[in-house]
Amino acid sequence: MVVPLYHILAFAGLLFTIGVVGVLFRRNAIIVFMSVEIMLNAVNLAFVAFSRYHGNVNGQVFVFFIMTLAAAEVAVGLAIIVSLFRNLRTSDISEIRLMKH
Amino acid sequence: MTTILFYLFSALLLGAALFVVLNRNPIYSVVGLVFAFMNLAAMYFLLEAYFIGVLQVLVYAGAIMVLFLFVVMLLNVQPDRPHPGLIHPDRWWFGIMALIFVSLFLLLIGQGVRALLTSPAEDAAGMGSVADVGEALFTSFLLPFEIASLLLTVALIGTVFLAKKKV
Amino acid sequence: MAETLYLITLFPLLGFLINGLAGRWLSEKQSGYIASLAVLGSFLVSAQLLLAFLALPAEERLLTQTLFSWIPVGDLNIQVGYRFDPLSAVMALVVSGVGLLIHIYSIGYMQGDPGVRRYFSFLNLFTFMMLNLVLADNLVLMFLGWEGVGLCSYLLIGFWFEDEAKARAGMKAFIVNRIGDAGFIVALILLYHQFGTLSISEIAQAAPGAQIGRGFFTATTLLMFLGAVGKSAQIPLYVWLPDAMAGPTPVSALIHAATMVTAGVYLIARNSVLFSLAPATMSIVAVIGIITAFFAATIAITQNDIKKVLAYSTISQLGYMFTAVGVGAFSAGIFHLMTHAFFKGLLFLGAGSVIHGLKGEQDLRSMGGLKEQLPTTHWTMLVGVMAIAGIPGLSGFFSKDEILWAAFSRHEGFSWLWLAGIVTAGITAFYMFRLFFRTFYGKAAWQEAGYQPHESPSVMTIPLVLLAFLSILGGYVGIPAALGGVNQFHHFLEPVLAVYPGVGAAAVQHPSQGLELLLMGVSTVVVLGGIYYAYRVYVQQPTLADDLAQRMGLLHRLSFNKYFVDEAYHLLIVRPFQALAEGLWKWFDIQVVDGAVNGSGHAIARISGAIRRIQSGLIQHYASIILLGVIFILIYLYID
Repeated sequence: MVVPLYHILAFAGLLFTIGVVGVLFRRNAIIVFMSVEIMLNAVNLAFVAFSRYHGNVNGQVFVFFIMTLAAAEVAVGLAIIVSLFRNLRTSDISEIRLMKH
Repeated sequence: MTTILFYLFSALLLGAALFVVLNRNPIYSVVGLVFAFMNLAAMYFLLEAYFIGVLQVLVYAGAIMVLFLFVVMLLNVQPDRPHPGLIHPDRWWFGIMALIFVSLFLLLIGQGVRALLTSPAEDAAGMGSVADVGEALFTSFLLPFEIASLLLTVALIGTVFLAKKKV
Repeated sequence: MAETLYLITLFPLLGFLINGLAGRWLSEKQSGYIASLAVLGSFLVSAQLLLAFLALPAEERLLTQTLFSWIPVGDLNIQVGYRFDPLSAVMALVVSGVGLLIHIYSIGYMQGDPGVRRYFSFLNLFTFMMLNLVLADNLVLMFLGWEGVGLCSYLLIGFWFEDEAKARAGMKAFIVNRIGDAGFIVALILLYHQFGTLSISEIAQAAPGAQIGRGFFTATTLLMFLGAVGKSAQIPLYVWLPDAMAGPTPVSALIHAATMVTAGVYLIARNSVLFSLAPATMSIVAVIGIITAFFAATIAITQNDIKKVLAYSTISQLGYMFTAVGVGAFSAGIFHLMTHAFFKGLLFLGAGSVIHGLKGEQDLRSMGGLKEQLPTTHWTMLVGVMAIAGIPGLSGFFSKDEILWAAFSRHEGFSWLWLAGIVTAGITAFYMFRLFFRTFYGKAAWQEAGYQPHESPSVMTIPLVLLAFLSILGGYVGIPAALGGVNQFHHFLEPVLAVYPGVGAAAVQHPSQGLELLLMGVSTVVVLGGIYYAYRVYVQQPTLADDLAQRMGLLHRLSFNKYFVDEAYHLLIVRPFQALAEGLWKWFDIQVVDGAVNGSGHAIARISGAIRRIQSGLIQHYASIILLGVIFILIYLYID
């Protein structure tokens, strides 16, 4: 394969940044959450790329653990969103300001 | 051929990610995200990380996405109202954030390039089969693996606790 | 043999813990028995060790036991260690022996008091602390005991704290003692600075040969003496002791007569080596002692509260002890300490028995003619007053005359000490028999007040009888050479006490035994004169007392009002101090301290008012700040 590693890394960085944009600018909690998943996947991609180009399988094991973590995180996170929605009748995080001073 | 395919999937993934982030309707976003993950799985296959690719389809595009869809349906979330749009009304904040992205992006790229400069990477194909990953997982990473199962149990209990109706 | 040393203090500590923690599940009687048993344990161990001592040659009479390291800080390593030598043996026996009798007495005296378990736990704690004080082998542990007995004294004076006057008396004792303790602490610091150790024996070894100016020893011993003045109620810090009579009478007997107040004398005897190196301090100790003895005796003449008379008498007798140690007759001071513990404990317990019989009446004017109603108390009190007056053959005679002889034989122009001592002895005889006659003879004033006096139960009278025996026999361990004895007590203590040139050992075996006998005769005559005068004034011609008071006008008023010392202290020290404190409060505290505190509070409130805008509650703001942090880390890595 002739794709240079830094192309993949640059692409992963771009993907990560797109995820960040989603987290910071979207007001819908579910979409924010999906953006977090995009960020995680960007990192995963970088891991797999390094694993491939360094010939070391540990990077892929790491991705495995990140996926486990992501599954747990999504389950809990979505549960939080559901209970927030149940209590506040909204999933717009600009309206959820319980931590305001 | 694989190179062309790789760039093609990359472009599709990029588009799908932007679609997820910029779309107003959560349902469309979820669908876009499934598409993005599929593309990513394809890229994993091209990188010969077969096990991860399969997991990507099963866990992300499968389980996690179903969960997302399910919650979107459950909450019956309406599309964002157009007024504030995507952008938060605070202009100064937007400015700062824009600065942050640019620097973040540049730094991420920079770090990657630097990593390459310090340890020049060769293309090392022929690694990443289920057997390879499994071997690593059940030898050097056995304890983290077990702990991960504990984590999932805790998440399970936590989810049930959070999602159930108030007692 | 030394292994059992820790038991002496362990028993009272256990008694304190049992009564203090589990008291609510104990009956009154059980509480008293446990406390008494604890002290009995200490007494038996001490006695057993003393008997073992007597079998040993004099130079081998020393036991030490180190329990554990208490304060290891750098070079300073304070150990909890005990030292049992003839001096501490005598003290431990007096404390646990007299303490035991007073504990038993308390079972009867405190019967029916709702706080009886608290009382016994405090009493045990006091015994524990006092035994620590006398057994300590270093000055810090001794200071712990010193402060501990002060605390117990405070707790027990204010035992009936519902009465505000009594609670205040406790605080007064505590605060006045604190003045002296400050001196003690400074002395400890000086000693540590100089010798690098606080072990009593190590300092005693190092001090005589050390190349240190006399000023150091004078300063250190003066500061120690300041502590002793506070604890042992000498001029000018004696004012707390009369007020301390607010506590239960057995407490007055144990703490404010027999044991704690003698701690100052013990302190000086324990550090006799240091004091011997400071002749100036020794002179001051002797002078303060004799002045205190005289003035307290003159106050005691006119007091009408039976316990106040005994309190001033205690101050006076402590003055004698200080005179003794001040002229270098350390063993005479300890001897008087021991006999005083017997007869003053007896007198206080007797007074307590009278008070008990009269349902709490303490005024001598309401007593009189109680001889028939309180026969046992009467006879034992008679022994007590005879002993304190110094009737030949009783313990007080031997110890007091040893002090007087030491004062007399001290050259350097201190013979006037003897004169003052003998006058004080006469006064002592007078006021003690005044107390005795007004209580047991003459007009029965209690009949008018409607009291039904009754003799105390045997749990109270048996300790009285035992103490009476001790008051008679206690002196026979120290019969002076002039009377054909060998003064065993003196020889027993000799190895642990410093020899102060000019008195002590040399003087006791002075060739002029005839002179000593003559002085004894003089003092006996003076004492008998005082007793006869008291008999005339208070038994033969009861009206004479008022006549005398009229004729002596000014003197009587001075004595009756205790020379207005409390008032003077109030005017000269308390008032200016209060004014200063109030001034500081109004200016320094409110303006400066509060200003600084409030100012910093306002400043923080203002700053946080500005900063809290960050706390928008918008999760995305927080996320962006986290991201900012990530970027900084990345930049750092990039630069690095």
